[in-house]
Amino acid sequence: MWRRTIIAVLLFLGLALGIPVAAQEPTADEVNRIAKQLYCPVCPNTPLDVCETKACEDWRAQIRDMLAEGQDEQAIIDYFVAQYGIRVLAAPPRRGFTALVWVLPVVGLLAGGWLLMRVFRRQERGPTRPLLGTGQDGTLPIPSEYLARLEEDVRKG
Amino acid sequence: MVNDLGFFALALSALLAAYAAAAAWWSTQRGDERWLESARNAAVGTAPLLTIACVALVYNLLAGNFQISYVYDVSARAMPPFLKATALWGGQAGSILFWTWLMSLFAAAVLLRKWEVDRPLLPWVIVITMLTLLFFQGLSLLVANPFDRLWQDLRSGEVVQRVWRPAGAAPLVPFDGKGLNPLLRHPGMIGHPPTLYLGFVGFVIPYAFAMAALITRRSIGDRWIRTTRRWTLVSWLFLSLGLLLGGRWAYDVLGWGGFWGWDPVENAALMPWLTGTAFLHSVMIQEKRGMLKVWNMVLIILTYSLVIFGTFITRSGVISSVHSFTQSAIGPAFFAFITVTFLSSVTLLVSRMDTLRSENALENVLSREAAFLLNNLLFLGITFAVFWGTISPMVTELITGQKITVGPPYYNQVTGPLFGALVLLMGVAPLLAWRRQSASQLAHKLLWPFVGSALIVGGLIAAGHRNPTALFGFWLVAFVGLATLLAFWRGAQARRQAHGESWPIALARLISRHRRRYGGYLIHLGVLMMALGIIGTYLFQQETEATLVLGERLNFGPYALQFDNLHAYSLEAGDRQVTEAVLTVYEDGRPVRTLRPRRDFFISAEQPMTIPSVWSRPQGDLYALLVTWETDPGLRATFKLYINPLIGWLWLGGLTFVLGTVIAAWPDSAVRRTWKLAPQGEQAPSPA
Repeated sequence: MWRRTIIAVLLFLGLALGIPVAAQEPTADEVNRIAKQLYCPVCPNTPLDVCETKACEDWRAQIRDMLAEGQDEQAIIDYFVAQYGIRVLAAPPRRGFTALVWVLPVVGLLAGGWLLMRVFRRQERGPTRPLLGTGQDGTLPIPSEYLARLEEDVRKG
Repeated sequence: MVNDLGFFALALSALLAAYAAAAAWWSTQRGDERWLESARNAAVGTAPLLTIACVALVYNLLAGNFQISYVYDVSARAMPPFLKATALWGGQAGSILFWTWLMSLFAAAVLLRKWEVDRPLLPWVIVITMLTLLFFQGLSLLVANPFDRLWQDLRSGEVVQRVWRPAGAAPLVPFDGKGLNPLLRHPGMIGHPPTLYLGFVGFVIPYAFAMAALITRRSIGDRWIRTTRRWTLVSWLFLSLGLLLGGRWAYDVLGWGGFWGWDPVENAALMPWLTGTAFLHSVMIQEKRGMLKVWNMVLIILTYSLVIFGTFITRSGVISSVHSFTQSAIGPAFFAFITVTFLSSVTLLVSRMDTLRSENALENVLSREAAFLLNNLLFLGITFAVFWGTISPMVTELITGQKITVGPPYYNQVTGPLFGALVLLMGVAPLLAWRRQSASQLAHKLLWPFVGSALIVGGLIAAGHRNPTALFGFWLVAFVGLATLLAFWRGAQARRQAHGESWPIALARLISRHRRRYGGYLIHLGVLMMALGIIGTYLFQQETEATLVLGERLNFGPYALQFDNLHAYSLEAGDRQVTEAVLTVYEDGRPVRTLRPRRDFFISAEQPMTIPSVWSRPQGDLYALLVTWETDPGLRATFKLYINPLIGWLWLGGLTFVLGTVIAAWPDSAVRRTWKLAPQGEQAPSPA
């Protein structure tokens, strides 16, 4: 949100002051905005923008060069996927086999929700026993009708 | 010598655990109490023995006996003694021994309590805790032995790890060790593993009771829940603390401006917390209404399995690929253990279904029971999403051969809405009555929180906030916060009217008389504060990266930062080379603060570490990292800067959360405990 606004403002200022914006070297922030969406192809679970290895530095430099050539975000990401496979994406694509990654939790949740609905629907007032003594271990053997009456009184009182 | 003693103590403790499990089982077959007492003594005896084993390993670490393979791996001469000692949990073999030791302490503590009432459960609690313990002792002895020494075969020159000298080999004594991973040399990392593990092992206790109740067919009542309630809460407290400390450590050490990255290791620790939280909530229904008995069993079984799974993942990291899983000796062992315990637990549960009939039916969709069910669905939904996200890279690789990354975008999109729904439920559910809640009454109760939160959001819009997600988030926090505060206010008001107490006294007594309920509400307030911090950092984090020459200024948010100096020095006998930059922070043109982000290089470990410099303020943190520097053609340094709005709320919320849990778990006086023996439990004043 913010970043976009700032960039828009900078662009506007640049244009207003007559600075040739497009011909400039891409800033580190522009590189990071793309690197953030990619994962280091060789390290375990490290986003490319915070990865400290030499290899990642080179990849970031490559993003900078591609930006300088005027390539857009999607083209750069596609290039990395073509080079190193879909593991460079922060999350797998929602098509093909990897759609399963996205679909399964939703299916699981819907199944759970459906089960819950069934429980709610089965609101056949089962034999509701009194709140007190339900004959568990550790309870007093009080006749349940007496308890029911007691409970009734408590509720009224 | 000390090493041999440690190894013998560990081996003997394994024999004792095996004996305790066998004797306890035998006592149930023979009905002979003497076997049971013997089993109990043996089980309690594992704790001092494992203490000796741990002390021996710590001694080895402190003394720098680098012939011990584990000592060589995780410590070095240059490390301060304190760090050498905490290297006990700095690697896999030490961690497993440490886990085992904590487990034996918990088991001993639970076995030393009074057992008059729960006597029939005792043998089975011994069997289950000891078999769990035995698995870890077995790992320690056979797979990851922390007492192994290094030997070199005289003929082939091959290095082998054995406790004692193999034939034709000479001792190999390295001059120095590899040292502890620099990332782990942080106070947060000192506290994070012990608290997390305490939480892990603690959950074995309610699980053992649950299984014992099933075996003895005493699952018909909720006695096992009442007995273990405090154990569960204390375990949960430690687990929460462990997660918080882990987040803090990541924020202070890992240098990416965040505290949670949905890494498999983090997820592994989060999952038992999620199911454990669901369990804590849903046992309330069983206590009050005799419902959800099967479900609670399922939850505790899941929590136990996820604890074992979590222990495994946090220490081996082999989940990252199929290859590393099959390569590791420890992976298949864990996999087999989890499978066997899970399947046998479920089988046992199914065979005891008849003891778990609900005593009451759900009467109305608008009731506290229904809200608890929904709460459980959401927690389980999140757990499932996290579990699936964690294992799907491995599953995908198995099936398609493709390596994939499942990172934050997946988790945020899938679990975000569920967390939001949970927070909303957190505000509404405590206001619902058991059995049935009239809608008009509920609307009446929620009126003020709704009006108040609407006003707050209106204020935010007037102040120029336009991001719909953020506005919704702030509304949610305000609404639920007000509803929760209202619960405190109502309770205190009722006390004032009944006892004529002043506000502070009424509030203090309200909390101390109904610890579980109001401790719980305090936890809810803590969660809301954390939510505020999470919304702030996730939606409004600003970041920039820039290369500055000496004396150059950079404008960033409300600040300007000037690069004033860069100097180097060394620590820890020259093993730690520090390069420190000095950034002066200006606000409104005046210097207000100096930040000193560092890059440390550990020579023996050959590892760099980026140490952020953070200025924490109520409105948020200014977080600076030194990325790199060069001296040619002139001195220039590259910095990465973050502004993390509201993040202080995350830590403050964490503290509130912990405080609430402590209150909820605080023991009652003896007088009240005798009351608790009645199955009724304590009836909180009806919030009508």
